[in-house]
Parts: sequence; C-alpha cells; structure tokens
Amino acid sequence: MNNIISTNIARFIVLVLVQVLVLNNINFLGYINPYIYILFIILFPIKNNRLLFILLSFLLGLTIDLFLDSGGVNAAACVTIAYIRPVILKFVFGTIYEHQTVKFNNTELGQRLTYFSIITVIHHLILFSLEVFNTTKILLILKKTLFSSIFTIILCVLITILFSRKNK
Amino acid sequence: MQQIINFLIRNKTFLLFLLLFSISLLLTFQSHSYHKSKFINSANFLTGGIYKSVNNIGRYFNLKKENDILLEENNRLKSIFFNTKTNLLKQDNNDSVFSAKYKFKPALVYKNSYSATNNYLTINKGERDSIKQDFGVITSKGIIGIIDNTSKKYARVMSILNTNSRINSQLKKSNHFGTLTWNAESPLLVQLIDIPKLAPVAVGDTIITGGRSTIFPKGIPIGKVVSFKLDETENYYNINVKLFNDMTSVGHVYIIENLDAEEISNLNNPNE
Repeated sequence: MNNIISTNIARFIVLVLVQVLVLNNINFLGYINPYIYILFIILFPIKNNRLLFILLSFLLGLTIDLFLDSGGVNAAACVTIAYIRPVILKFVFGTIYEHQTVKFNNTELGQRLTYFSIITVIHHLILFSLEVFNTTKILLILKKTLFSSIFTIILCVLITILFSRKNK
Repeated sequence: MQQIINFLIRNKTFLLFLLLFSISLLLTFQSHSYHKSKFINSANFLTGGIYKSVNNIGRYFNLKKENDILLEENNRLKSIFFNTKTNLLKQDNNDSVFSAKYKFKPALVYKNSYSATNNYLTINKGERDSIKQDFGVITSKGIIGIIDNTSKKYARVMSILNTNSRINSQLKKSNHFGTLTWNAESPLLVQLIDIPKLAPVAVGDTIITGGRSTIFPKGIPIGKVVSFKLDETENYYNINVKLFNDMTSVGHVYIIENLDAEEISNLNNPNE
C-alpha cells in the first residue's frame, strides 16, 4: 500500500516536471505538443477513493496550469476525465473491470490502446475548446485535438511499454 | 433535511466534480480577460524558481546567439551615435537630456510560449526591481508584450501573441494608426486592424508602435506588411504583419517604464 502511494507521488512530480520543462517546448510544426501528464490519471489504481482521485486530478491540472499560465483549462479537462474514467473502463474492459482485477500491464495492447485513446481525445477536446474559447475557430480546435492526441497516445503507449515490469 | 443530507452523500462524487469543474471554468474565464488572472500565473516563487534553475543550465547553449544579437545591436547604436551631427556628449548640460521620459531595465526570459492562443512569458525581474503592471517589454529588434502580473522576484508578460493583447500601432510613413491583435494562427504573423481605407498601405511597409498609449514610446519597430485586405465593412484594412522579432526564441529583453504614465492617466480619469 505504501508502495502504491509513493509510486503515485513520484509519478505526479516527475510527470509535471517532464511536461512543463520538456514536452511543452517541443512545439512540433508550431503547435503540436504531447500532454503525457494525463498518464497519472490513466494509470491511477482502479481500487481507489473516487473523491480523492478527483481531487488529485484537479491538483494535477492546476499545477500544470500554474506553470503554463493557462488559467484553469488543464484542471477542467483533468477533472472531467477523472470523473468519467469508470465509465470508460467499464466500456473498454467489460467484465474484467467489474471484478476489479484490471492490471494495466496484463491487458491486451488493443484494449489498452482504446482506453488511452478515448481518455486522451476527451481530455484534449475539452482542453483546446476552453483554451481557444471561440466558436468561430472550431477547425483550429479540431486540428489541435487531432494532432496532439495522436502524439500523446503514441508517447503514452511507448512509455507504458518501456516502464512496465514483467510479471512472471 | 434528512433527505437533503442523503442526497448530498449519495451524489458526493458528482458534486465534488461539479465544484472543481466550476472552479476551473471560473479560472479559465478570468484568464480570458486582461488583468484578472491573479491567482494562477507562473510568476510565483515555486514555478518561477523551477524555471529559473532550468534556465540557468539552458542559457549556456544560447550564449553564442545572444552574443551575436548584442553585437548587432551595439553596432547599430554606435553607428547612430557617431553619425549624428550634434554630438550628444557635448549636450550634457542641456536639461532635455536629463528630463528622461522612459526608463529601461534589462531582464532575462525564463519561460516563453507561442503555441497556445494566450501566450505569456515569465521574466526574472519583479516588484523587488520596481517592475509594475503595464510596463512595456521589447527586445533590440521589436516589441514583445506588456507586463501583466508581478510577484516579488518575477513578472509575467502578456505576449503580443495573445488573443487578448491590444497594442496601439501605426504605419511608419504616415500617421494612420490601428490596433495590433493576434488571430492565433501563426507565431510569425500578427494582425493590424482598424487602419482607415485612406491610408497608403503597401506590402513591405514598416509598422511601428504609436505614441498614443502610455506603455510604449512612439517608434518601436514591430514588423513588415506582408498582405492586406479590406474588412467586411469595406472601410478599414486588415493587415498581416510579419514580426521583426522571432517570438519563438527570446532571450534578453528590456522593460520600459514610462515615468509620465501616472500623470497622463490621472489627466484622463480626473474622477479617480
């Protein structure tokens, strides 16, 4: 149990620092940045206190906002995906989730990819809609969402593969 | 009463979500209006400190480029200085030299962004160096933005690449003035609007700051006209301006303080 808490605290700090110091300076093709800090929300233990989880997600988003001067857009997006995560989990993993036995390292790549993609796209859509905040620029929002999502999903999957411990 | 409490307990997750979501929306809306995003900004000791320590490492890699920029600027200033017919050194006794209107301070950019729709920079001067809101920020090549929030040691600059930014600017060759805005499409181009149809605009014209605001002195270069067309009402030009500054790489900047700003704003708002 202690192990889980310390892993998550470390993950929180490392992801925030990597996000604001490295990934936000990528600006691929001028505007495409991956937002991998949502890995914290994606990989958060499934057996959890939902109130605590939502509060932590809010803090995560707010920390990112603090660094990026973006008001509260990241916080809003994070809180939303944290709130709807159980629904997505149920949709993607079905019965395994019902028995509360999902371990992300053991799941199939296809299922994991679907789960990551749904969360990422929802997060990015809220993030960019609030950031641009202009209905006449829907195309810009969709463009940013699409390309950044692709970038984020690829990076997230690669990172989880790289850092997964082999369970024997 | 019992039922209300029961309802609260049953829906506590949803209510917490709603509360946090509305807080973040509130912060977002505040950040969309100038001067209101007080709480969430990168000019505080935590974020400023982290950006500072990373910048201490990173700036060594830019030393060569920064040197070149400084050399270029020195060269330009020297050529102005020695080519003016009246030697400025001999006018030291003249009062007009001492009654300076603008004060300049150098600063270093710790954090820069240009890919979002509302971009901000964080610089290493703050209230401790008597930097206040509404001071202008420029580089040797052109303008950067306006100070919008300060902490003890750091300040946040609202970049011209910000959809809330409105800067008074004009054509260099005539006095027709308009407002400089940004449409969030490219970090190299900004838009100059409200230039009257009568103004003689041509591709390649230089755009400079107008002296109508108390923030920037008149005549700071901004950019060049790359294209222009009439807006919907057919009375004003919308002009695309290519910035002289490369906003994607900003190192050293200067902060401009207008010493008369308070007096001018007092004149304009006599009631306050």
